[in-house]
Amino acid sequence: MNWLVKLSKIDRRVVFLLIGAAAVIPLLKPLWLPVHVTEHVQKVFDFIENIPVEGQAVLLSVDYTPETFPELHPMTLAILRHCFTRNLKVVCMTLQPAGPGIAELALGTVAAEYGRKYGEDYVLLGYRPGISPVILGIGEDIKRVFVTDNYATDLGDIGMMDEIRNYDDIALVVTISGSSIPESWISYAHSRYGQLIASGVTAVMAADFYPYLQTGQFIGMLGGLKGASEYEILVERAGFSRERKTATIGMDSQSVVHLVIIVFIVLGNLAYFASRRTRREEV
Amino acid sequence: MSTNPGVWVAVIMTIGIFSFLYKDNPLYKFCEHLFVGISLGYYVALYWNNGVIPKLYIPLFRQHNYFYLIPGFLGILYFSRFVRKYAYLSRWPMAFVLGAGSGLSIPAILQARIIAQMRGTMSDTFTVSYVVMVIGVLATLSYFFFSREHKGFLKIASGIGIVYIMVGFGATFGYTVMARVSLLIGRAQFLLRDWLGIID
Repeated sequence: MNWLVKLSKIDRRVVFLLIGAAAVIPLLKPLWLPVHVTEHVQKVFDFIENIPVEGQAVLLSVDYTPETFPELHPMTLAILRHCFTRNLKVVCMTLQPAGPGIAELALGTVAAEYGRKYGEDYVLLGYRPGISPVILGIGEDIKRVFVTDNYATDLGDIGMMDEIRNYDDIALVVTISGSSIPESWISYAHSRYGQLIASGVTAVMAADFYPYLQTGQFIGMLGGLKGASEYEILVERAGFSRERKTATIGMDSQSVVHLVIIVFIVLGNLAYFASRRTRREEV
Repeated sequence: MSTNPGVWVAVIMTIGIFSFLYKDNPLYKFCEHLFVGISLGYYVALYWNNGVIPKLYIPLFRQHNYFYLIPGFLGILYFSRFVRKYAYLSRWPMAFVLGAGSGLSIPAILQARIIAQMRGTMSDTFTVSYVVMVIGVLATLSYFFFSREHKGFLKIASGIGIVYIMVGFGATFGYTVMARVSLLIGRAQFLLRDWLGIID
């Protein structure tokens, strides 16, 4: 038991080093551990899969900032790939000031892969300040909230926006966020206008949003890197994309790091009880 | 290895911030202060271009809609906080924001977070998960019932409530660990792919 007591006094930098190694090694040599698709992610995929092509658009709200990029950006890419494969019109916007650049990056990447045209297949409305007035305003007339798109072009001059006036013309709102913005979408778009909403959230926020799944206020949810990975798997399995699955590769590292953390938690607890016993024996 | 100067800047910043894991050092301090300064400048420019220009300057000076003088004036009153004598004026826009915000959000939040959630605990299908959920809701609520001493039945119920709360905390903590590890993986992918080019 002496070694356990010694282990409890290990330099924290050794722990950091081991966690770092556990994150990096699987990236260099992927293990391709299986990823199980959960019900809530499957529901988002199935819903988008069943939107009629000539029907309503998908409103993708890129409500995250660069600090949550590794978790949330793969979700945005996977959902865009799904929408563009199905020829669905995508209206992209953001409720975060730093969002337009991220949205532009995602749209640029995926539109180039599928040869989609700006103004015909997708549009980037950009950012407007205020969260609740923007969400409520879209319910009345999207062109009154976003007079111009992200590039100062009048929405009246953008072809695909002729058919999109408010939530009546939007089949699904997908909010990708690392904050409480999805709650605002529920409070103002779902409660008031009955708009169907799906969310992609960081793992930190996921536990807070589960109650909204049970009540049906979210039709489905992608939680953290795992949720992003599941959607990537679904998109690939359906033959919609052969692009690099960033989140899925990351999940190997995630699993190995979790394993290391579990080992440390077990050892830490054993060391704690061992040192307590040693102290008692000394007394 | 990347020849893009932007990537190199990001790499230096990443390594600088990670160097704190060894110990506090001047490179970490430099990166931290640079981040705070750049973030502030970036957000000031963003709010100016996305807020002040389209929402105040253009309607007022190009479209000559003088109705916008009212919100513009209210907004300027926020700056009265910098002059002690007139600091009380900053309460006017705050009162407006609080009043309008409360009126806008109370009915919506009541509907979304209380009524819909209460409805969610009432089901016509009697399943195991439903029973677990209803017991959890009642037991957790009983833990937060402070008008009576927790003894007898209330002690048992609140004890069960604590178990549910702990499970909730555990799930949240697990998810938090997952989120933080994801950020580390994101940085590792950046260093290995975008900088060193040793992974696809």
